[in-house]
Amino acid sequence: MKHIKTLNTQTLNNTVKKGGCGECQTSCQSACKTSCTVGNQTCEHKK
Amino acid sequence: MIHQYQNNGYNIVLDVNSGSVHVVDKEAYDIIACLEKGNTFHTPETLRSEETFANLKKKLGSTYPEEDLKDILEAVIELTDAGQLFTRDIYEDYIDEVKQRKTVVKALCLHIAHDCNLACRYCFAEEGEYHGRRALMSYEVGKKALDFLIANSGSRRNLEVDFFGGEPLMNWQVVKDLVAYGREQEKLYDKHFRFTLTTNGVLLNDEVQEFVNREMDNVVLSLDGRKEVNDRMRPFRNGKGSYDLIVPKFQKLAESRNQEKYYIRGTFTRENLDFSKDVMHFAELGFEQISIEPVVGEETDPYAIRESDLPQIFEQYDILAKTMVERERAGKGFTFFHFMLDLEGGPCVAKRLSGCGSGTEYLAVTPWGDLYPCHQFVGQEEFLMGNVDDGITKPEIADEFRGCSVYSKEKCKNCFARFYCSGGCMANSYKFHHTIHNTYDVSCEMERKRVECAIMIKAALADEERNESNEEK
Repeated sequence: MKHIKTLNTQTLNNTVKKGGCGECQTSCQSACKTSCTVGNQTCEHKK
Repeated sequence: MIHQYQNNGYNIVLDVNSGSVHVVDKEAYDIIACLEKGNTFHTPETLRSEETFANLKKKLGSTYPEEDLKDILEAVIELTDAGQLFTRDIYEDYIDEVKQRKTVVKALCLHIAHDCNLACRYCFAEEGEYHGRRALMSYEVGKKALDFLIANSGSRRNLEVDFFGGEPLMNWQVVKDLVAYGREQEKLYDKHFRFTLTTNGVLLNDEVQEFVNREMDNVVLSLDGRKEVNDRMRPFRNGKGSYDLIVPKFQKLAESRNQEKYYIRGTFTRENLDFSKDVMHFAELGFEQISIEPVVGEETDPYAIRESDLPQIFEQYDILAKTMVERERAGKGFTFFHFMLDLEGGPCVAKRLSGCGSGTEYLAVTPWGDLYPCHQFVGQEEFLMGNVDDGITKPEIADEFRGCSVYSKEKCKNCFARFYCSGGCMANSYKFHHTIHNTYDVSCEMERKRVECAIMIKAALADEERNESNEEK
């Protein structure tokens, strides 16, 4: 596929079945105290 | 839903609902745009239809060779088949189910000191006082807070506690005693505390550093960047700047933690809209974990970000993103919190849709033991949820926060960034709209730009890897 390069192999829908365990960090505990950034958090299962 | 944009010479196609990122050439970029314009809800079947190809040929046949149109359409069909393009948002029912699960409390922000030794002009805590009185949390109140957390954490093992303020080092002995208490209790209840300290560094010394490095999972070090920028916004109460005293201490602490598990965290305002220079200043000082966030202020505050500032802010994020790519390639990379993005191992969709957890999983505790949905709501009496003695006495407040997701916010429904910001900060929404189910629009614009930059960085670095592997061949 020379015209299209896909960067990721995982898709969000793949996380539906196993997701939602809640062991991950709360977003405001890291460095943001005045905004909301969740997409950059890490999944606890993939550490 | 597909979001396309061009940044730093890259043509990027984000399939919003799957999170798939495609870096494409100009032909594919135009073809995908044309296909989406024709039908936002394409399926492999509709893409294969004669009508689709005829439409494509009509629109782009004079620009690109028919063979390329066919090749690219075939690739698009393949990706759509694989669930990486033209995917639907299937999560609305799912998030209702996730939200109905019993939530546990997993993180507390302990307001260990409602007092501060700096007088930062933009402080939402009003020099530490949070619309109230100066106060230090007692050991007894702190113990009850940790007991409350353990008792309400269900089977959740990792528990987070942020020592926050005001300035927590003004009540340092209590911080140390609470860490010791937490370490005792975690053994008894099979829990693990992850402690964070957020500090302005004024009282940081070797003893604090040694303790922090032993006990704190994360340290957030507050500094705004260049000396003149920092000292204008972060003076002592006598007006003197804080930069010279603090910077060497922070540099020493960051090195002693091997440049890991900390953030040097600043705030940019309307008075330093060239904030990429402040980020770079941090990098030049040797810091490798950097966060600089936009101030949130009233429209009447002279330093508050205005809508008219956005073009300049976007330009700054672009400059920063490009510079970070160059530095990464030169082996001098650093982390910028708002550009962090893990395309393979990021959070699950449940986490992405349910927001920051304030009011349910995350609560703030005042020095006298009152519970609020988060640190930003402290002092707003309508959000007082309970206290460490009686627990949650107003569960309806928690319910309202639990019911908040990207699907409860009209503006999020068609936003490509909704899986990255989770609907934005509820405190900011309340501040500007008096409801948590809205968004702070200026912040949304900035978040969208940051997501675009973060993805561009990934594209550029992947490009680098490809170039390197070509060179090896």
